[in-house]
Amino acid sequence: MTQVSMTVNGKSATGTVEGRTLLSSFLRDTLELTGTHVGCDTSQCGACVVHVNGVAVKSCTMLAAEADGAEVATIEGQANADGSLNVIQQAFQDHHGLQCGFCTPGMVMSAAALLKDNPKPTEAEVREYLEGNICRCTGYHNIVKAIMAASGQDVAIAAE
Amino acid sequence: MPKDGGIGASSKRREDVRFLTGAGNYTDDINLRGQAYVHFLRSDIAHGTITNIDTAAASAMPGVVRIFTGADFQAVGGLPCGWQITDRFGEAMKEPRHPVLADGKVRHVGEPICAVVADTLEQARDAAEAIVVDIDELPAVVDMAKALTADSPKVHDDLSDNMCYDWGFVEENKEAVEEAFRNAAHVTTCELTNNRLVANPMEPRVALGDYDRSSDNSTLYTTSQNPHVIRLLMGAFVLGIPEHKLRVVAPDVGGGFGTKIFHYAEEALCTFAAKALNRPVKWTSTRSEAFVSDAHGRDHVTTIELALDADNNFTAVRTSTLANMGAYLSTFAPSVPTWLHGTLMAGNYKTPLVYVNVRAVFTNTVPVDAYRGAGRPEATFQLERVIDKAARELGVDPIALRRQNFVSEFPYQTPVAVAYDSGDFHRLMDKLEAQADFEGFAARRAKSEAEGKLRGLGINCFIEACGIAPSNLVGQLGARAGLYESATVRVNATGGLVVMTGSHSHGQGHETAFPQVIAEMIGIDESMIEIVHGDTANTPMGMGTYGSRSIAVGGSAMVRATEKIINKAKKIAAHLMEASESDIELKDGAFSVAGTDKSVAWGDVTLAAYVPHNYPLEDIEPGLEETAFYDPSNFTYPAGAYACEVEVDKETGAVTIAKFTTADDFGNVINPMIVDGQVHGGLVQGIGQALMENAAYDENGQLLSASYMDYAMPRASDVPMFTVDHSNGTPCTHNPLGVKGCGEAGAIGSPPTVVNAVVDALQSGGHKVDHVDMPVSPARVWAAMQG
Ligand code: FES
Ligand code: FES
Repeated sequence: MTQVSMTVNGKSATGTVEGRTLLSSFLRDTLELTGTHVGCDTSQCGACVVHVNGVAVKSCTMLAAEADGAEVATIEGQANADGSLNVIQQAFQDHHGLQCGFCTPGMVMSAAALLKDNPKPTEAEVREYLEGNICRCTGYHNIVKAIMAASGQDVAIAAE
Repeated sequence: MPKDGGIGASSKRREDVRFLTGAGNYTDDINLRGQAYVHFLRSDIAHGTITNIDTAAASAMPGVVRIFTGADFQAVGGLPCGWQITDRFGEAMKEPRHPVLADGKVRHVGEPICAVVADTLEQARDAAEAIVVDIDELPAVVDMAKALTADSPKVHDDLSDNMCYDWGFVEENKEAVEEAFRNAAHVTTCELTNNRLVANPMEPRVALGDYDRSSDNSTLYTTSQNPHVIRLLMGAFVLGIPEHKLRVVAPDVGGGFGTKIFHYAEEALCTFAAKALNRPVKWTSTRSEAFVSDAHGRDHVTTIELALDADNNFTAVRTSTLANMGAYLSTFAPSVPTWLHGTLMAGNYKTPLVYVNVRAVFTNTVPVDAYRGAGRPEATFQLERVIDKAARELGVDPIALRRQNFVSEFPYQTPVAVAYDSGDFHRLMDKLEAQADFEGFAARRAKSEAEGKLRGLGINCFIEACGIAPSNLVGQLGARAGLYESATVRVNATGGLVVMTGSHSHGQGHETAFPQVIAEMIGIDESMIEIVHGDTANTPMGMGTYGSRSIAVGGSAMVRATEKIINKAKKIAAHLMEASESDIELKDGAFSVAGTDKSVAWGDVTLAAYVPHNYPLEDIEPGLEETAFYDPSNFTYPAGAYACEVEVDKETGAVTIAKFTTADDFGNVINPMIVDGQVHGGLVQGIGQALMENAAYDENGQLLSASYMDYAMPRASDVPMFTVDHSNGTPCTHNPLGVKGCGEAGAIGSPPTVVNAVVDALQSGGHKVDHVDMPVSPARVWAAMQG
């Protein structure tokens, strides 16, 4: 068992973990930040995406111990300071970019990372970037729309 | 003008706020004090006799609390099947025992053999590795046709063979159908596979059992679409716990698509173990486990024939299907290839004679049950493929052939038991033709060809039976349940309402859409209405959500309960205004006396109900709370016309969806934004089935596509933006909202649309191809182009 400490959503967090404990379980089980979801065991689904030192990471592929000393951001820390939804979260609600909500934390965290690097992506770039995030509910249509809207753009859809 | 509230408004979803901020409450987010963890040791071979289970070493490992085996479940029931099919000869289907933990034999990869309970999950997993299970491997049978041969291995030794049932529908029409085929001017035949799928809701299943010794009450938290059904099935048939001693909670559930309808072994195990150990017991499925333990979907092999007369009128349809049940009967498995499939074989057409034969087969594979659409996608796929093929054989326009045979008068009694109450298939097709820009197709095809691609246009029409279902009818058909829905509407003293519904939301947005209906009825703000669902302790007995039934059946129950509320409130208002009850009108949240300027606000009446100082106590009770159970008198019949354009890469055979357009009839629509989203999601599941998804077994019963590395889930870059429309709804005539249901349409309508488009593309390139089996993978398309 080792002691790890990191900053999570701006607050310092400490816990004792086994060497094999994943960052996703540390967040969910130790810190009780259950907004980060686990949808697979092969690093394919992206439900677990968080930011580690500003970079989008699948928290199921990283050991908690590897994140020792890091700055971690999760879905719980995304809202504005007054508690209102941030631009991306608000766009997801406005454009119905979520149904069951299970993929949503990962989608929002991925979208945030994309827009940080590429503030005006094309529709194709959004779809490409979401390669590692599976949603079974929305058919992606409204997720793409939401991310485009969060970037201040509209998606052209024939006859809509 | 878009409405800003009530029926027909695209109200934003209130549940989104918690989901977008990480505040959802999914089953795996629940942890109880002192909980233990269970890990299932599952069979890695498909068929064999268990000769020995040695748990001694494992039991001694750190943290191990108890290891359960099949022996612990001898005294309890097996997992029940909720639907009995009677075969062509009047015999009941074969119904083998489905043990909670393997009982002497294993019959599919993934079948649970032992359940290891330990203080931590890691300890449970480690201990499972120390269990020694000796299994004498037996030959497995995976292929359905082979399973029906005389020398096939038997999945169940105590059954005479692997056939669950041999069903004929409509059996009395069999001769007349043969006759029609003898007299046909043209017969088109298709042999089709409806590929096996894994539903894959993104949230894996979870079960958390809890037991309270002081009250002797058990609680199960589970990822279910229908907690009351689980309580009844597990309590009455498996564990022998009466409903009043058992609570089932399905909190936020991360998608279902059918596979979370069923009662699973893990639920029974956790509930049983929590009581046996007097401590909470939790199981969280891994995705790898989900692939071999969630019920699969589809897996039909069919021959369909269509008979036409000299004028191209459809005169008869005849089908013969093998339907895979897997190793055991999952909860509703037998109903899927029969009543949810055979009754749709008339489709949108006035074909007078239909005969459907289905042989359901046991194999050494994971049980197969309902998956989004359940039976109706299979029916649509067959019918729309054979019609498309017939059009090509006859050299007629596929749309014209369909239009010529459309049912155009409603109500319409089909030859397959169901009666369509409303619809307008021509108008849907008109809408589709207009918005899919068929005129521009030739130019788009030319452009694709200039880029070295073949372009195809596929059309499809479908109808489905939703709003499941009239209880007396399904009872006659073998359902061992009623299929009504319930709602309790509780009005509080200050005028707010809580609706406790038997429907369950796992992505459908009930918490937003249901209040829209009540807000419209009373004329108050949606924010005054709260929806409670998912907990048997505080909702009336209801059957849950599947089969696009929530708004049609659950919504109707809520309307009926609200009508009772309004009737009683009018009595109170009449008393308060000293007027006659028959003169009271409710509008915009106020009661008024017709023809006067007297009125009282909604809140005054609700307050009077709970503070009955000035109140007709001799006539009515205080309080304002009503319950209604709604049992539909018919199914609802959503229908649609879909168009898809694909591009086929001539070099690789890769298929790209270039354009997808829908025109749906969902009857009246409560929240268009949510309905659009349901269609998008269904479309991508159907496109996934058509192009990439496949649960493939090898001949030894090993699932080859058992993770996201091998099972191709549609990703964002696999699909385009969609053009969807539901502006041509014909209201359902028999429920109070005129609604039909929209959850499954996309998944039902899209697979044949895609395949029809691929065939069109290939034929445009001069390839003599009239069918490609799903999933239409690059390899299959490439082979078809060579061929
Ligand atoms: S849980 Fe991390 S990618 Fe699926
Ligand atoms: S909203 Fe359900 S998986 Fe994306």
